Amino acid sequence: MSTHQSAETPAPGGDVERVEPTGPPVPETIAEPIPDPGFEERTDRLTDIDARAERRAERQVAGMFALAALLVVAFLVAFFVFQIEVDSGVVEAVRNSNLALGLTLGLALLLIGVGAIHWAKKLMTSHEVVHERHELRSTDEVRAAALGDYDLGVEESGFGRRKMIRNSLIGAMALLPLPAVVLLRDLGPLPGDKKAHTLWTADVRVVRDGSFEPLRPADLEIGSLVNAMPETFEELPESGPARINERAKSPVILVRMEPDEINAAEGRENWHVDGILAYSKICTHVGCPINLYEHNTHHMLCPCHQSTFDLADNGHVVFGPAPRSLPQLPLAVDDDGYLVAQSDFTESVGPSYWGRRR
Amino acid sequence: MSAVVNGAGKVVDFVDQRITASNWLKRNIRKAFPDHWSFLLGEIALFSFIVLLLSGTFLAFWFKPSMTEVMYDGAYTNLRGIHMSEAFSSTLELSFEVRGGLLMRQIHHWAALLFLAAMSVHMLRIFFTGAFRKPRELNWLIGATMLILGVVNGFTGYSLPDDLLSGTGMRIIEGGILAIPFVGPHVSSFLFGGEYPGDDFISRLYIIHVLLVPGLILALVTAHLMILWYQKHTHWAGPGRSERNVVGYPFFPIYVAKSGGFFFIVFAVTTLMSAAVQINPVWLWGPYDPARVSAGTQPDWYVGFLDGALRVMPAWEINIFGQPLSLGVLIPALILPGIILTPLLIYPWLEQWVTGDWREHHVLDRPRNQPVRTGIGVAFITFYLLLWIAGGNDFVATIFDIPINWITWFMRIAVIVLPPIMFFVTKRICLGLQRRDREKVLHGRESGVIMVSPEGEYSELHAPLSHEAAYEVTAHRRQTPVRLDPETDENGIPAPRRRIEKVRARLSSFYFGDVVQKPTVHELEAAHHDGHGDGHGDGHGDGHGPAPAALDRGEPEPPGERSEIGTGPQP
Repeated sequence: MSTHQSAETPAPGGDVERVEPTGPPVPETIAEPIPDPGFEERTDRLTDIDARAERRAERQVAGMFALAALLVVAFLVAFFVFQIEVDSGVVEAVRNSNLALGLTLGLALLLIGVGAIHWAKKLMTSHEVVHERHELRSTDEVRAAALGDYDLGVEESGFGRRKMIRNSLIGAMALLPLPAVVLLRDLGPLPGDKKAHTLWTADVRVVRDGSFEPLRPADLEIGSLVNAMPETFEELPESGPARINERAKSPVILVRMEPDEINAAEGRENWHVDGILAYSKICTHVGCPINLYEHNTHHMLCPCHQSTFDLADNGHVVFGPAPRSLPQLPLAVDDDGYLVAQSDFTESVGPSYWGRRR
Repeated sequence: MSAVVNGAGKVVDFVDQRITASNWLKRNIRKAFPDHWSFLLGEIALFSFIVLLLSGTFLAFWFKPSMTEVMYDGAYTNLRGIHMSEAFSSTLELSFEVRGGLLMRQIHHWAALLFLAAMSVHMLRIFFTGAFRKPRELNWLIGATMLILGVVNGFTGYSLPDDLLSGTGMRIIEGGILAIPFVGPHVSSFLFGGEYPGDDFISRLYIIHVLLVPGLILALVTAHLMILWYQKHTHWAGPGRSERNVVGYPFFPIYVAKSGGFFFIVFAVTTLMSAAVQINPVWLWGPYDPARVSAGTQPDWYVGFLDGALRVMPAWEINIFGQPLSLGVLIPALILPGIILTPLLIYPWLEQWVTGDWREHHVLDRPRNQPVRTGIGVAFITFYLLLWIAGGNDFVATIFDIPINWITWFMRIAVIVLPPIMFFVTKRICLGLQRRDREKVLHGRESGVIMVSPEGEYSELHAPLSHEAAYEVTAHRRQTPVRLDPETDENGIPAPRRRIEKVRARLSSFYFGDVVQKPTVHELEAAHHDGHGDGHGDGHGDGHGPAPAALDRGEPEPPGERSEIGTGPQP
């Protein structure tokens, strides 16, 4: 690195042009229309020529720094004054503490920053410096010498000559990443067919999500929507991920409409109970839970990417990026009059994947 | 030694006797830093990264990266008795039971948004001014890599609190992973330790978020700054500023104070925003439950364009070997980022190859002087912004009361049609600006003073540009399309790699075929003499060469036809 720095007060423009490092060749076939007028010294600032302005700037900078110090003290005070361990109104207490701490700290930081820049702009030198650039490319001699040293190293190690050593090393190094890959194998089990099945099986009761009370057909009015889960969900162990995993697969939505509004596909004629239909709540696009229901059109919207499904028409996609209908859960009523599933879903719920059950 | 403060002198002496520090110091302490507002964008990114490291360390003292289910019994009464992960409950603890904890959480989140915004705008600045050209291609590559890593780290951090919003984001990621052909379910099962969501991903994301990615970014930032320091800054064209030098204020003391002060200002702005503007109140969303969702789910801004792509993509799904291939997910989630990133990463080499310009560049381009590059950049911004707006199509629908299906259809068409239109419009604007620059150099600036000649002809007086201003707009290099070698050499041997050279020549003339060249010396002299044959008004008869422009009459006719005009109007 051969940085050349010109004198503290840079020479006028002509000199800047004169000092030319051996830069890369710049082929210019046509002469420049306007010659470089050369570097011009900026005119002095007010603070350079007026002692009063200078003292005023000095006071301003010092004032900002002093105020910053006061604000730091104020931060410390606020830390203890604004308690958040309160019997009631914790949200307000936290909000007040947050505001007090943030304002004092933020303003202290701001004043330090503005003060430093004000100092630089008003009181430190206003003279720019001109540095010549060095050529980034090494000289031919240096390059040749470096290559020579490299060749010497290759020669001394015999890396090119001793092919047996070289090839066995390359072989060993090529295999070495394999343990790293294999070691990651136990990050998770093979997917198996878990994605293809949910908790729903024949005669599992449909329970209201949240309260987990079983549902009778009479609990649903025409036009209503109920979030539901399989009754067996509550038997899952509380510890471990079994419950949350099932909540990513098993939730359904129940809707009720006039039976003659339902346009059931072949084989699905008896999947509803008096106009009550159950569909998977997991969107077939990328798996968000659907939740916006327009009961007069029977359209169900996913709030993530606005895929829209027609629940009167077998969950068919009417708009949006979802490629498949919502899987429908066949419903029945058990002997006690509660809604139950006839079986599991007849296909995988949620987004498409390689190996999906259909 | 008298110039050095005694204490500092002792330190320098100590270090110097051990690692020859004075040698390095002497060369670097007065390094020239050019002054321009756009050079601060990268500094904002750097400083917000430091703020992220500081605030993130604080958060890590309390945050528990665990998905073990607990019943919440903390200070926030609305969620007491609710089952949630330890990650979410420790986030609540940080917010409600640690003084300054909420402030630090909000600083961390605001700084992350700022970090990515600053990197993005910095990158656009580099692109439009051509600062990526030789010798700075490496730093372009490093910077683009940091932007990608920044998005990754932003998303992993967004997911850590395990709240309803971030969990929904995670679910969308899983949906994208499942769309990978053949191995989608396997990748998902390995990442989540079994079925989604399992109880592993928070701790796995955590180590990626606090060690792996920040470590990489830290290493890359270091390399970025060292290369920048070694290569010296670029600067704008201006009097005395050339490809051979760098003009600016000395690092010490001016830029130590200015940049140091600017760090405090960036820190201050994030802190003041965190004091006054709420961000991500996870206690309102509640803990993650895959069966629940809130309307109007939105990712952080930097993921918005991907979410928008997911929203506007048609529902394409094809069958291969009887298996579904979700192109409707695969294209926006995996292929689109590749389509965006690959040209982005290799752009410096792409342009070099097309233009055949292998020279070093240290003076920045004015965007207008690279109409095609500027057009490409604006087309990209258009594409990105449309997808970004599409990511909020539900908000657009509610705010402007437009059916969401219309918006989606508009976007589907617009992302394909509007970028080329914007390219064309931008290129025309650049060419127009270039023409204006050329006119100003040749004939001066329109002064607004209207003259009436004795014949009754009206014309506007043109005031000459100053020498400095004229130099600034003509300091760029002429760029002409690469010339194609003849089909065969003099012995009839076909030129090698003819086809690829033809492509290159075509692309090159696409880049530079219609740029408006700055005037030549001859054109300038012709305009000069034509405008005032008597030599009046030449303020630069001092050996600096031809004056950039002088009083002239702004007629559009070619110079030759104006020779009958006797004398130029007097000022």
